[in-house]
Order: sequence, then structure tokens, then C-alpha cells
Amino acid sequence: MRTFRILFMLAWRNLWRNHRRTLIMLAAIGVGIWAMIFMTALTQGMVNEMIKDGISALPGEVQVHNPAYLDDPNINNLIATPDSELEKKFTGAGLVQWATRIKVPAVITSERESRGVTLLGIDPQRELGMTFIDLDNIDGRFLEDAADNAVVIGRKLATTLETEVGKRIVLMSQDPDNEIADRGFRVVGLFGASQESFEETYVFAGKETLQKLLKIGDHVTEVVVSGGDYRNVEPVFEKVSALVDEDLQVSRWTDLDSYLGTMLKVMDGFVLVWVIVIFLALSFGLVNTLVMAVFERVREIGLMLALGMRPSSILGQIVIESMLLLFLGMFIGNVLAWLTIIPLQGGIDISIVAEGMEMMGASSVLVPQLRLQDVILANCVVLVLGFLASLSPAWRASRYEPIEAITKAN
Amino acid sequence: MTIAVKCIELCKTYRQGDTDIKALDHLSIDVETGGFVCLSSPSGGGKTTLLNAIGGLDKPDSGEVWVSGQRIDQLGKAALADLRLREIGFVFQAYNLIPVLSARENVEFVMQVQGVSTDERRQKSQAILEEVGLKGLEDRRPAQMSGGQQQRVAVARAVVSRPALVLADEPTANLDSKTSDALMDLFSELNERHQTTFIIATHDRRVMAHVPRLIKMLDGRIVDDIAQTPV
Repeated sequence: MRTFRILFMLAWRNLWRNHRRTLIMLAAIGVGIWAMIFMTALTQGMVNEMIKDGISALPGEVQVHNPAYLDDPNINNLIATPDSELEKKFTGAGLVQWATRIKVPAVITSERESRGVTLLGIDPQRELGMTFIDLDNIDGRFLEDAADNAVVIGRKLATTLETEVGKRIVLMSQDPDNEIADRGFRVVGLFGASQESFEETYVFAGKETLQKLLKIGDHVTEVVVSGGDYRNVEPVFEKVSALVDEDLQVSRWTDLDSYLGTMLKVMDGFVLVWVIVIFLALSFGLVNTLVMAVFERVREIGLMLALGMRPSSILGQIVIESMLLLFLGMFIGNVLAWLTIIPLQGGIDISIVAEGMEMMGASSVLVPQLRLQDVILANCVVLVLGFLASLSPAWRASRYEPIEAITKAN
Repeated sequence: MTIAVKCIELCKTYRQGDTDIKALDHLSIDVETGGFVCLSSPSGGGKTTLLNAIGGLDKPDSGEVWVSGQRIDQLGKAALADLRLREIGFVFQAYNLIPVLSARENVEFVMQVQGVSTDERRQKSQAILEEVGLKGLEDRRPAQMSGGQQQRVAVARAVVSRPALVLADEPTANLDSKTSDALMDLFSELNERHQTTFIIATHDRRVMAHVPRLIKMLDGRIVDDIAQTPV
């Protein structure tokens, strides 16, 4: 510690002996850090959209089912606990949002076309904020309550069925006795979604209306629960597991949609690889700068060793110089990243490639997501690997024989 | 009288191409504490090699080197660094100063590495800079000073922490005669006032005339050891 001040002062002043080289290196580190953070934010934004869209179609990060339902989602695999009892258990349990639903396969028929769909019986009040439907972007109206006798279908499906708001369609499914359960409904609303596949697949009806149609009394097929943070699902999972009977299956969204879960892991890994690849490119410049700085100062290093500075202090001086360079570059890079990401929080319109993005489950507006842990990761990678990269020239400098170093100059 | 430096049967051979050059050839020497000694020889006579061996900057092939009662030719790098830091002041022929530090900071450098407090450093560096005639130039960097001024800063740095021994290798090589005389007067004064042992390697006859003991070397051996009255 006693020599740290002199080492720091020497490192700082030596850094500015060659202004141009230091500024170029700072620019390289700054741009490198910026690229790491900015690209990570874009990637995370895209992944976030894809996963949020995916989860909104489930919906919820945690779901409860009859154990047989996930393999065979038919009306016989209901949750045994009555809906009213589930309501009692979940109300006041401290969950951010939850809803009970009926979700069964069905056929929808207009006067011109028929299609296979997923029929959802919901309580609209409970679904607010959980569904992928933008309630401000509905032609007509959404369902008013669980006993609403109308249906809301997607715009794409309406086009396919050649139907529209105000017209009637027929929904057909099976009841628990394997009898056909069907009835006519009036289409009261057409919803839009970020993905056309949602508009084609889902049909919304009142939960109580479907319970009557399917003759399932006070039962539902699933409970959907949202904790608000899809990355931190475990607390919600544990809370829900404690609430429901042991014979029910509680699943995380990563279990329900393994593609999305895997994608999240892959993208987290990709971010780390990306950060390391950029650093490797940077490290050549960093090591070169330090090697040059050491090479130019062989005489001085020899002199300092001759005057009684320990080899470890010489090593420390070069490492401090490298750290100063990295810290300054990191500061520049972080500020640049912040300055470029914050103004883009409204989203970047990527509709020119939206069709391709939609195939991947992403929307056409990309919102960069600046996450603290990604910023920390990028900075830590640069700091740790930068430290390791600086050890070689620093070690080399510390191993000089003082008299050889001084003589080399003379 | 105690012995500050003792060398016993020192040998050092360098290889230059296919030729072996004996820089030190079974050389033995004693220098008493407070001694003021000049080593002189033609180029390649071994004076710088001897100085480097005494300063722990170079290891002899055989023989023993003792400084302040401690055998140093078997010490490791860190221990030698500590010995140089505490016991020895160096003045080199050229390139004596650290270019990014001011005159004051150069003088304080050794003390700072020794862990001397800021106030004490400041007080000592100011006093020695005044003593070597550099008052008012404390904040100049080496590039802003003449060769003579730089050499005086180097001398100030070498003696400021009161080392037992000062080793100077051709300290006047880059100086004019007037500055050389002034530098030698300074050495003499410091030697007398602080009983610091000086060993100076030089070709310069004016420097040789300044010292009470002149050791002449040739091909790595001492050929003459003269006690004289300094001019």
C-alpha cells in the first residue's frame, strides 16, 4: 500500500505520455464496451418480446392443471377442485395476478368456412393484463363478464371465415360424455395480436357460458398465474404449489413451452459469447499498447529496479496502467451505451423484416432492454480478461535485469 | 575504521562473440566507511562491472561481495532490491531520472518507495535540492532541465535518504568542466558532512584528482591503489 500512490501516479502519467495512442485505445475500448452493451440490449429486447409474447399466449408464468391435461387437453381432464374453491384459495394469497380458465379444442364454423381453434372460456375481469390481446385495439367490444354469451375472435380468423362483428358463428366441441356440445354465438369483437398465429388460433368466450355448454358444472381446465417477472418464476411456483392439492400438476412456463425456455438459456449464453468475442478483438489492441508502453520504458524500468523498486511493484505499475485504461474505456463505453439506448426506449421499427421476426415469435417493434446484470457482465468480462491480458507484458517488465535494462538503453 | 564494502576474489567473464572477456579477474578490494574512492581504467577495464557487483545489479561468477557487513552476492532479487533501496544510492552516467516525475518527485522517489511520510519527504527533498543548487526548479521535469541540473537531481536523489554507500558510474561524462567540478565539490562535501562512502568509476582526470584514494584497474584487476591528497 505504501508504494501504491507512487505506482498509481507513475501509471497515470505514463498513460498520457503518448496521448494519441492512449486516446485511440480508449476509443477502441469505449466502442467495444458500447457494442457489447448495445447489442446485448437489442438481443435481450428481442428475446424479451418473444418470451413475453409467448407467455402471454400461455398465459402466465405458472399454470395448474390436471396431470393428464398437458398430454391430452380434452374436457375429461378437468381440475377436480371446483372453480369456486380455487377462487377462495387463490384470493388473498398475495399473487400478482391469476385467473381460472377453460381451454379446449373446438371447431368454429361460419356460413362459409370451418376451422379448428382453441376455445378459451375466461372471466374478462381476471384476464386483464394477462392476455396477449390489446383491449384498445379491438374492433367491436371485448367480453364483458364470465357469463357473456358472445365470442371474440381474431381478425385473421374472421378473414378466413369470411365473417365479421355482428355475425353469428357456431362453436362445436365435446362434453365429458363425449357428446357433441355446440351452439351459436354472436361475434362481438375482433382482436389483433402481435402474431398472426394468435389471431388464427384463439377464440374467447365467457367462462360460465362454456361451463354450461360443455356441461362441466363449476370446473375449469387450468389456473394461470403471473408473477410479473418471467425470469424469476420460482417464488410464484413455490407459492402456487403450496396452495393447490398435491394431485394437481403445477408447471413453470419453461416446462409448458420448452422452446421458449431453451431459447432464453441459449440467448443468455449467446450474450456471454458475444461479449467475450468482442473482448478478444479488443485484447489484441490492449496487449499491443501495453507491450509498446513497456518496450519504450525499458530504461526507466531498469532504473527503478536499480533504485530499489521490487519486481512486484513494476508488475503492479503496468497492471495499474492497464486497469486505468480499462476503467476509462469502460466509463466511455457505458456512457455511450446509455446515451444510445435510452432514446430508443420507444422501440425501433423493424417492420421491414417483421415477417421474418414474426416467424421467430418476435414483434415488429424492437425495444432495447438495458439490464443491469448485462452491463455488469460486459464490464466484468472486460475487467477480468483485461487484467489477465495485461499480466503478460507486466510480468515481462518485472523480469528485466536492472543492469541489462539500463545498458540496453545506453 | 569499519569496512563499508569488501570484495573477495571476484571473477566475472562476459562472452562477446567467440571471445571470453574477463571483466573481473580475482579482484579483491576493501573500502572503509566514509571512504571516497575513485576507480579508473581504460574502457573495458572492469570498473563498471565492479560497481554493478557492489551495487547488487550484477552477480559475479565467483567470489564474495559484502556491503555494510552483509554478503550480497547470494541474495535474491527482492532482497537485493531492498538492499539497494535502504543502503545504496546510485548515480548513473546518463538517463538518471524518471521523465514523468518532476525534480522534487524524482528526489522523493526512493523515499516514497521506502515509505517515508509525505512531510518528511517534502522537508528532506527541499533541503537537498537547495543544497545542490536547484532551489526554484523543484517542479521542472527532466526534459525542462539541462544535463548538469539533471545530474544534480540524480545526486540529490542518491544521497537524500542518507544511504551508507553511493555508487557513481561516470557521473561527469556528459557535463562540462565547470559543472563537473561543482558536482565533485558536492560529492566531497556530502562525504565529509555525512560520512557517506563514495565509489566513483571514471575516466575523467579532474574527478580522479578530487579523491583521496585512486584505484587503477586494467583487464579486471587492480594494478594500483594510490592514497593521494585531493586537489
